[in-house]
Amino acid sequence: MANRIQINKEFVDIMPQDYLDLVENGTFESPNRGWKDFGTATELIAEHSLCAGCPESIAFRHIMASIPNPEDTVMVGSTGCTSLVFPMIAVHNIHSLFGNQNAIATGLKRALAVRFPDRVKDVIVLAGDGATVDIGLDMTLQSWFRKERFTTICFDNELYANTGGQESGLMQKGFLAKMAPVGKRFDKVRLPEIARESGCDYVAIMTASKPSLVEKVIKQAVLIAREVGPTYIQIYTPCILEIGKQSMEGLQEMRTSEAPGERFKFREFISPEAQSFLDGLAEKKKAEKIAATT
Amino acid sequence: MATQTDSRVPQIGQRNKKGQLVTDPNELFFLSPRTPSFLTGSEVIREAIRRASVDFSVAYPITPQSEASSLVGELYAEGYVGDYMRGESEFAVMGECAGAAFAGARVFTTTAGPGTLRAFENFPMWAGSRLPIQVVFTVRGVNSPLTIQPDTLEIAFMLETGMLLWHAESAQDLFDFMLKGYYVAEQPEVHLPIGVICDGFFVTHTKDMVMMTPEDRTLPHYDPYRSPVVCMDMEVPPVRMMRDPFVMKSNYISYMTHASWQLEIRAAIERSRKHTIPLLDGLIEVENSDAEIMLVASGTAVSQAREAIRLFRDKGVRVGLVKIKTLRPFPTEEIRKATEHAKHIFVPEFNVAGWLAREIKSTIDRNHRVVAGPHVAGGMTMPPEIIVEEIEKHMAHRRNKELVHG
Repeated sequence: MANRIQINKEFVDIMPQDYLDLVENGTFESPNRGWKDFGTATELIAEHSLCAGCPESIAFRHIMASIPNPEDTVMVGSTGCTSLVFPMIAVHNIHSLFGNQNAIATGLKRALAVRFPDRVKDVIVLAGDGATVDIGLDMTLQSWFRKERFTTICFDNELYANTGGQESGLMQKGFLAKMAPVGKRFDKVRLPEIARESGCDYVAIMTASKPSLVEKVIKQAVLIAREVGPTYIQIYTPCILEIGKQSMEGLQEMRTSEAPGERFKFREFISPEAQSFLDGLAEKKKAEKIAATT
Repeated sequence: MATQTDSRVPQIGQRNKKGQLVTDPNELFFLSPRTPSFLTGSEVIREAIRRASVDFSVAYPITPQSEASSLVGELYAEGYVGDYMRGESEFAVMGECAGAAFAGARVFTTTAGPGTLRAFENFPMWAGSRLPIQVVFTVRGVNSPLTIQPDTLEIAFMLETGMLLWHAESAQDLFDFMLKGYYVAEQPEVHLPIGVICDGFFVTHTKDMVMMTPEDRTLPHYDPYRSPVVCMDMEVPPVRMMRDPFVMKSNYISYMTHASWQLEIRAAIERSRKHTIPLLDGLIEVENSDAEIMLVASGTAVSQAREAIRLFRDKGVRVGLVKIKTLRPFPTEEIRKATEHAKHIFVPEFNVAGWLAREIKSTIDRNHRVVAGPHVAGGMTMPPEIIVEEIEKHMAHRRNKELVHG
């Protein structure tokens, strides 16, 4: 089991069972951790206070199962529904203000690099579309221009969910919402394209319907951010409450929205530098496999 | 675990990669030899940072502190500062500083006037998150109309942010306050951000003689594991927790949680006194406390008050002085005691609002004794003659009143 995540023997009898489970049955330092651990290992995210059936909770769970080195990962959130989940997560995470998440992550990543020059410390930002694209857009883009080495994940529910369904920049044109009383007048902001042009080495747009795809994308994004440059993932996490769906309809909503020609059809951009890094990883893996079988 | 005993972090008695001897703070402040240097305030900021083992600094160009920020950049290029960057706006800069402080770094930045106000949302967040960041405010006018001139109005906005606020009179104060500020702000029972304030241009752009500690001695590194709150570096157990979580439920417990944390921030400010008093030789400095007329001031207004006292002395009038060094904690008891014999208390200020006079009026008894003024603003200077004139005018008015009503 894990070496770094341990428990002081003196405290075993007073620590909550949940923490003992995390140490004994968690997936810290597990080289092949992923969504397949569900049901057999203690998850980094145990429970949440989001609405029943909220696709954001599904996406969150898949992401937490997929990050490659949770024992050396610090996350940065922002204000919104995600900040109701962060207190239940078993990695260090920061909430400070609304929209400044990429500025916080910049200082965090750089200071960790100063303090731990010989160690890997991953930083992952996870925030909603209001924080990423509206109030925090300046800091989102500037961190990419500067090629800051961390991953930005945007939970795109195409509106301000936590405050009750107001118009956001990622909302579709024509959508009728609070603060868009006659329908939104301009197009959904094309942040994935902007991310590519702003210096991101890896960009993906997707839904959270397929756990294996979420896992692959998250692992690639974190590793590329560690070695090459900034990465951006935009995941459709529909607010079923605000679009008039039932608790059990979230998954179907994601599937419908990722069909060919739809706005969340899976697309990814990989820079040449990131591609050659991924090729190197694949070759290394292949060599290890051959070595193991011979 | 990367603690202070980590071999990468030089301990007291060892040398850092620049060859500086890591020195016990009290030894550095009081026992190490001091040599005079003739420097601008901006250069003083650079020299203090050179001796402060700073891990991370963020710069943003604003008048009048851009020179200091650039000079800190030169220190980074020389290898004295761990990392350094130009941020995109003051709001973002203070976020970048916060991120680094959450990660356990000693952080420095500086701003002024409109930059302070643009960054404003961050300051109560820093205090609430217990981040001992140091920012030097080289105060100047707040728009509009546009001015880049010295003015202390922005301090009024900073008073209730939960930060420690020290106001330097001179370049010497600035140098000492910056080094001592880190020491006090990082004490586990304090652990709050600190604003070291100096008056823009009057201090930053004029040259002054400063007694400097040796260039080859530096403060011990910040130890994030002495922090009263968890350092966000995944080096301590990852329980399911969030630093500074929301308390936005509508029930009494959540109101109480928020209220008690705010009280704790204010209590931490008060707890800084016992560390600050021996380092700064008190939160105030007093001259002629038996005088009937007292001048109470902070920043460069103190220097002007000293000159006014000299002019009065030439006229045979004895006038006293209270120099306020720390605005937070506010030296309430000290000022009460120092002004208890005064019949007239004048508060000269470089701003139109008279916030310092208001602070004093709200803390001393018989506060009809307080005269808010003289005031200058928008970059105007305050010749000592103005202070003399204000006092003489007031005293003549009082005498006339006594004659009429006597």
